[in-house]
Amino acid sequence: MQAAQPRQAAIPTADPVLLRVENVYKHFPIAGFGGAAVRAVDGVDLEVRRGEALGLVGESGCGKSTLARLITALLPVTAGKITFDGQDITTLRGAKLRRIRRKMQMIFQDPFASLDPRMTVGDIIAEPLDNFSIGSGRERGQRVAELLRLVGLNPNFTNRYPHEFSGGQRQRIGIARALAVNPSFIVCDEAVSALDVSIAAQIINLLQDLQREFNLTYLFIAHDLAVVRHLSDRIAVMYLGKVVETAGRNDIYDRPQHPYTKALLSSIPVPDPEVERDRAPITLKGEIPSPVNPPSGCRFHTRCPIARAPGICSEEEPVLEPHGARDQVAACHFAGQF
Amino acid sequence: MAQTLLQVEDLRTQFFTSRGVVKAVDGVTFHIDSGETLGVVGESGCGKTISALSILRLVPDPGRIVSGRILFRGNDVTKMDSEAIREFRGNDVSMIFQDPMTSLNPVTKIGPQIEEAMTAHNRFTPEQAKVRVIELLKRVRVPAAESRVNDYPHQFSGGMRQRAMIAMGLANEPALLIADEPTTALDVTVQAQIISLMKQLNRELGTAMMLITHNMALVASLCQRVIVMYAGRIVEEGPVEQIFKSPQHPYTWSLLRSVPRVDEARKDRLVSIRGLPPDLSNPPPGCKFHPRCPFVIDHCKTEEPSLSEVGPNQVARCWVLMRNVTDEALQVARTASISQEAVRKLRAISTDASSPA
Repeated sequence: MQAAQPRQAAIPTADPVLLRVENVYKHFPIAGFGGAAVRAVDGVDLEVRRGEALGLVGESGCGKSTLARLITALLPVTAGKITFDGQDITTLRGAKLRRIRRKMQMIFQDPFASLDPRMTVGDIIAEPLDNFSIGSGRERGQRVAELLRLVGLNPNFTNRYPHEFSGGQRQRIGIARALAVNPSFIVCDEAVSALDVSIAAQIINLLQDLQREFNLTYLFIAHDLAVVRHLSDRIAVMYLGKVVETAGRNDIYDRPQHPYTKALLSSIPVPDPEVERDRAPITLKGEIPSPVNPPSGCRFHTRCPIARAPGICSEEEPVLEPHGARDQVAACHFAGQF
Repeated sequence: MAQTLLQVEDLRTQFFTSRGVVKAVDGVTFHIDSGETLGVVGESGCGKTISALSILRLVPDPGRIVSGRILFRGNDVTKMDSEAIREFRGNDVSMIFQDPMTSLNPVTKIGPQIEEAMTAHNRFTPEQAKVRVIELLKRVRVPAAESRVNDYPHQFSGGMRQRAMIAMGLANEPALLIADEPTTALDVTVQAQIISLMKQLNRELGTAMMLITHNMALVASLCQRVIVMYAGRIVEEGPVEQIFKSPQHPYTWSLLRSVPRVDEARKDRLVSIRGLPPDLSNPPPGCKFHPRCPFVIDHCKTEEPSLSEVGPNQVARCWVLMRNVTDEALQVARTASISQEAVRKLRAISTDASSPA
């Protein structure tokens, strides 16, 4: 609701943290394996502050999409607490949960799979309005038309079907749907990774404009660190079910404290041959271990270039502690020491 | 002067569909020297993959090479009989694809799959092939290669599968390796491993490489020369340093500025190219980029420019050229924004629930 009001109407005295994730776990049991489980999210702490864009990065299987589904209450947590706007959403049910859900919306990766092919674009965007019984029929119609215009589509397209649109246009429809109920918080899960570069740029710019205009809070999840860094104020890095480092967008790049963050950043090529000539990527050995049976101690120690294993790194699990800049935390026994 | 390995001349590949003729590759001319790494960039549907498939004469139905010559060491690929083309594929030129899972046979073990690629060309006996597979897998840095030849593709991780694909591509020591988005499906750290492997192989074996990608950063990292394609045509070509420092075609310029750089200090607004790529069964008149070009002039709408020299070894197909674009126009290209009217109206429309949710 507050999103559609002028910016100064945002509650000034409220907790600066909109979403707080505290020691959250999500284990998926594997049937027939005597208690074995995929430890997709394995003790995560995270804060999203009002009005900011928090980027969440990590490689496939690190648990970032599962975390997104826990935050939006699409999946129940195994343990831990998620507080949104002062309310613990892990215990909410029924009408109360619905009220919270109206404030948080999600934009998905695949614009082909996330729109019902048998619904018209108008019905797709109006559906959340219907769900929450918002406005009269006429008001809904007006709102749909303005939402289409807002995301850069022709407002007369309401009777068309998703297959008549390109990937980028479909992603715009998904964004219009997410904005329909005036959420204050939007989770974008790989929202641009399926798009061609010029189209991705359109969507990235649109997301930034919308954030500024409606004072939105974003959780931006992606594997592409360049895109995440471009869109975010702060960045959290996940590895194998845990957040290993969180810092401001510049600090994380200028002085990463966790060796995984450093390796991840150094791995990304830059569109500049002169930079590329001298860039020396820190090549990690091997690939991400199985989340069914994560390594002992620090779970990054099997690939870490500075690990003392056997030793403290293979025996003791590091916790997130302040390192480096103000507002920077990292979970490493030798943070910054490489 | 390096030796020309492959010379493509005025290649046209078209798809004869019920909706009309799609000119996927429309008069493309380029060459690759021995040992050179050439990047071919552009977005989906620009004709980069179809150009590569044309070189191997693997264009899928209803596509056909309509005209043009493809000379490999002087022999025209388009005129080869089926026996000759079989020898050419894999032996002289091989190709690796984006998705290693769909290009490996899931019911055959990794070792025998790569052996098959070798014995098919009768260059190695089955016994030699068995030994060589292990050497190849070691060369692409698959750990414990001796035992992993007996694994099935599903037992390999994504990165390992791509390594196996590269090993298969190199099995017959081709002079040219075509890599179509070889790292796109991989995670960042694995991507870095594959990039450094490809650099090393190019250095160690002297295999020329044609890298097809939408990722400009990958080109900056791996290639010496780059071709930019749009709507079935080459719009700019030149040495990598030159193209990245001083792109002359507005499409190249936009592509370079539409991707965020991980090393950017500040959040600059990205250049977004308006609209969509054209329908190639009905391309626009004049310059094919003109409906999306931020610097379009009237002349662009009627007459298509040809590729002309714009710098040392650099050619571009543009009437305007970036060096003639004013700073003001550059600024305008960066600042398209959302409809303020829609914002105002949305705020005015009530969003209160008419009944309690």
